[in-house]
Amino acid sequence: MALVEFADFSFKYLGADSLALRKVSASVNEGEYVILTGPSGCGKTTLCRTANGLVPHFHRGYIAGNVCIDGQNTRDATVAKLASTVGLVFQNPANQLVTLNVEKELAFGPENLGVVPEEVRQRVEEIIDLLNLEHLREKHPHEMSGGEQQRVAMGATLALKPKVLVADEPTSNLDPRSAELILDIIANLNKRNGMTVILVEHRLDLVAKDASRIILMDKGQIIADGIPRDVLSMDISSEIGVGIPKATQVYKRLQAKGIELSRVPLTGEELALLVGEAKRR
Amino acid sequence: MIMIEDVHFAYDGIYTALQGVSLQIEKGECVAIMGTNGAGKTTLVKHMNGLLRPQHGRVIVDGADAKNLSIAELSRIVGLVWQNPDHQLFLDSVRKEIEFGLKNLGFTPEETDAQCTQTLKNLGLEGLAERSPFALSGGERKRVALATVLATEPQVLALDEPTIGQDAQQKELLARMLMDLNDRGRTVIVVTHDIEFVIEHFPRTIAMAEGRIVADGSTSSVLSNEDVLERCSLTLPQLTVAARALHKAFPQVSERLTLLSELEDAVSGILGGTQ
Repeated sequence: MALVEFADFSFKYLGADSLALRKVSASVNEGEYVILTGPSGCGKTTLCRTANGLVPHFHRGYIAGNVCIDGQNTRDATVAKLASTVGLVFQNPANQLVTLNVEKELAFGPENLGVVPEEVRQRVEEIIDLLNLEHLREKHPHEMSGGEQQRVAMGATLALKPKVLVADEPTSNLDPRSAELILDIIANLNKRNGMTVILVEHRLDLVAKDASRIILMDKGQIIADGIPRDVLSMDISSEIGVGIPKATQVYKRLQAKGIELSRVPLTGEELALLVGEAKRR
Repeated sequence: MIMIEDVHFAYDGIYTALQGVSLQIEKGECVAIMGTNGAGKTTLVKHMNGLLRPQHGRVIVDGADAKNLSIAELSRIVGLVWQNPDHQLFLDSVRKEIEFGLKNLGFTPEETDAQCTQTLKNLGLEGLAERSPFALSGGERKRVALATVLATEPQVLALDEPTIGQDAQQKELLARMLMDLNDRGRTVIVVTHDIEFVIEHFPRTIAMAEGRIVADGSTSSVLSNEDVLERCSLTLPQLTVAARALHKAFPQVSERLTLLSELEDAVSGILGGTQ
């Protein structure tokens, strides 16, 4: 059974005049790393909110179809119940941090879910270790840089031991190096810990290489769903204004001239590698 | 147009956000300010329209010492678009948001209407004019906040992280609009982490770290300086990564290529003969 299952799901926010999601069907299995991308306003954030029950329990509106998370229909499950299955990380970490230091921040979620104190302590230590937060242990969130805050916000989410991590543009407020660090952490959570990841991101240059799949949305609908190399080299991806990796763009331009490489490159290094290979052929 | 002289600023007296920043931006320039989170970039632009006042040093805007001008007077010269649109938007329709600033600055109803319609069109917001900003997506709200300031066409336009949440097409629209304003003599200043956006559109870059300016010059020279990239937490643009990787295998390819077409030509040059 899929971990996340959207079945013909449609949603319209209360008071809105058009649907935010139109008959969305997709399923995500355990261990996948899915990038959700598409033009601004296409429904990516709504989809994330749906995955942990904020839609329809907090953001109300018209719904049709079903979303099942780890076997629970989000219409019936409470947000609290879903929060321990789906961990959500947002764009602005400052909106998510509530306590006075990192230890308390990491303990806050599990304590609220009634996890026993010994187990809470153990989880806090695991997260500090996993995300390299030791030097921040006693720090107030407001004394931290944006990248540090986002690591702590992500840690607070992971402390709930979710099965799926849903991150909605977690790096768009960060400087490029802090952004890379966060994206590396996400890639490693998937690769080493088998964490299922759904990431909303525009800068595919940075993330396409790590993902197992890209879902492309436009106007509330899924218009492409497949492995990154396939989706990004489709004409539709360039047409709707997705930030295609530069290496992939070069590939497409060469292809138009009749020059073929053995596969679609996603990074500059990979492009150079494929060009070297083609030259030797 | 804007002169900043040895400006110091600390929010709480302990953590120093700006430690002696000096710079000069001429009328009609197009300048990017880049740097680490917490480098003082936002604090710096807030000094340009009087939202913050220097605790030491001077800010001169359009020939006048900013300390003699009110925020209202300064913001007529320097329009600032904030990083977080939710701090800027408060009315119940996109059109009203845009009209608000225009009316306040004394535009006639006809001018207000014309400017509003044109700005909505330029930013691809026509379809959203009657919607509430709060029912829009993050990226759309960001564009509405931009529109409210762009519509008033201030002499200096300062934008804090304008590309956040924007897809490739929206970024292109935004760039075209900024370049168009610049062609008409407006000064454009952006604070951004988006290195590709800067390389493609901004001839001058100021790099900041820890409340100081660490480099100020042509974008190509500032962003090819490894030391500056390191200190300012910047990464190489993907095209440069590709150019360098190609250069390693094929020394005839320059590692300084910055345009997609240059890279395409370089690869065609390598493979052309074998196909």
